[in-house]
Amino acid sequence: MRRYFQVAWAVLWKDLRIELRTKDIFTSMAVFAVLSLMIFNFAFELRIPDKTVVIPGVLWVAIIFSGVLGLGRAFISEKDRGSMAGLLLAPVDRSAIYLGKMLASLLFILVMEAFLLPLMVIFFNTNFISLPLLLVLFLGTLGFAAVGTVFSGLAVNTRTREVLLPVLLFPVMLPVLMAGIRATIGFMEGDTLVDMMKWINLLLFFDIMYLVVAYMTFDFVVEE
Amino acid sequence: MKLSRRLLQMLNIAALVAMLAAVYAALVMAPDALNVDPAIRPAQRVIYFHVPSAWSSMLAFFVAFVASILYLVTKHIRWDIWARAASELGIAFTVAAIVSGSLWAKPAWNTYWTWDPRLTTYTIVLLLYIAYFMLRGAIDEPGRRARMAAVYGIFAFLSVPLTFMSIRWWNTIHPVIVDAPENAGKFGLGPNMLNAFMIVNIAFIIMFTALLANRIALGWAEERMDALKERLNF
Repeated sequence: MRRYFQVAWAVLWKDLRIELRTKDIFTSMAVFAVLSLMIFNFAFELRIPDKTVVIPGVLWVAIIFSGVLGLGRAFISEKDRGSMAGLLLAPVDRSAIYLGKMLASLLFILVMEAFLLPLMVIFFNTNFISLPLLLVLFLGTLGFAAVGTVFSGLAVNTRTREVLLPVLLFPVMLPVLMAGIRATIGFMEGDTLVDMMKWINLLLFFDIMYLVVAYMTFDFVVEE
Repeated sequence: MKLSRRLLQMLNIAALVAMLAAVYAALVMAPDALNVDPAIRPAQRVIYFHVPSAWSSMLAFFVAFVASILYLVTKHIRWDIWARAASELGIAFTVAAIVSGSLWAKPAWNTYWTWDPRLTTYTIVLLLYIAYFMLRGAIDEPGRRARMAAVYGIFAFLSVPLTFMSIRWWNTIHPVIVDAPENAGKFGLGPNMLNAFMIVNIAFIIMFTALLANRIALGWAEERMDALKERLNF
């Protein structure tokens, strides 16, 4: 068991080190997230009486759209560098590789969110950040990273690669996205955690289910 | 399970008979819905097409889901053929359900389309399975294609139950027919309507089985053709 987490940690640490040196993923995700904020502002500016009503939607769409950029890199970079074979030849449980990769993607997206949230508070001039909201964001991001990592492995096997990833990922993410947006709207309208429990339960349910299925199917995705 | 040609023909004939019975049940046997506005009474009969189509699509996606799991477990090409056949049928039935629903919605809701959660989730189910075929189309090597498609087929089905859950989680304007006692007065079916409703549903299941069997037979034929092409370097 200890060895299992060591493997996952090794993969996670490797991805983190690469990211700390190149900053490829964070830069593209962060810039894209800010860009989507700007585009949303243009799109809504004149037509919505109160900008705060669009915050939940803008927040989640910005996260999903920029997150998919980071997820796409998870396996494509391995394939391009030719390091995929090395990773798979290692005499370790492949699900540990999945765990490491998933945690790395999760961490990248969470860092991007930590960058995005204060910016949104400034741009929308509303402090909508609360502890329950952060919990919902974390749960949503976890589900996103859990499925996204497997689908990144799927997409790398196809001719179209990263073009296909959003098409595969977004419809499957619908339950998570729906629950996340609903709970965010609730918190912004002053509902408590207890009021929003059904959405949080839905998020938890899908997170666990997606993690379990990802854990079981990952082996088939990377099999050569 | 490779069906003999004879069995396939019998299934086809059974489907034809069942569908003729369904047409009779829907148009002749079922009485007018007296509890809806007279102007939309003819439109109400779309229920005998719309609901069985939607249920058949769910059945199809369930078959695809089970076949996908069986493929990953056994790695037998048969289950890949099953999963592909069932997913294709699922798309066809989903389109049938969405189009027939829209035709009913125009007189009933005064619009072909509304952003109701149930309608939206169901349409996303359609997109899911279109994505499934895009994934298949983007991988050339058959073994890998089958494996990746099976993994996606499993994930895709996990979001389908939400379509049915959504009606309870969210307020919806979509009528609930099964399992909603509080709506019994508003949308429930009278005894004769219920009989007709059962007949069309059984007929659709028979038709679905026949279509699936035919599509699987076609899948095997494609498989044989690919093998022949390979041998002849075509």
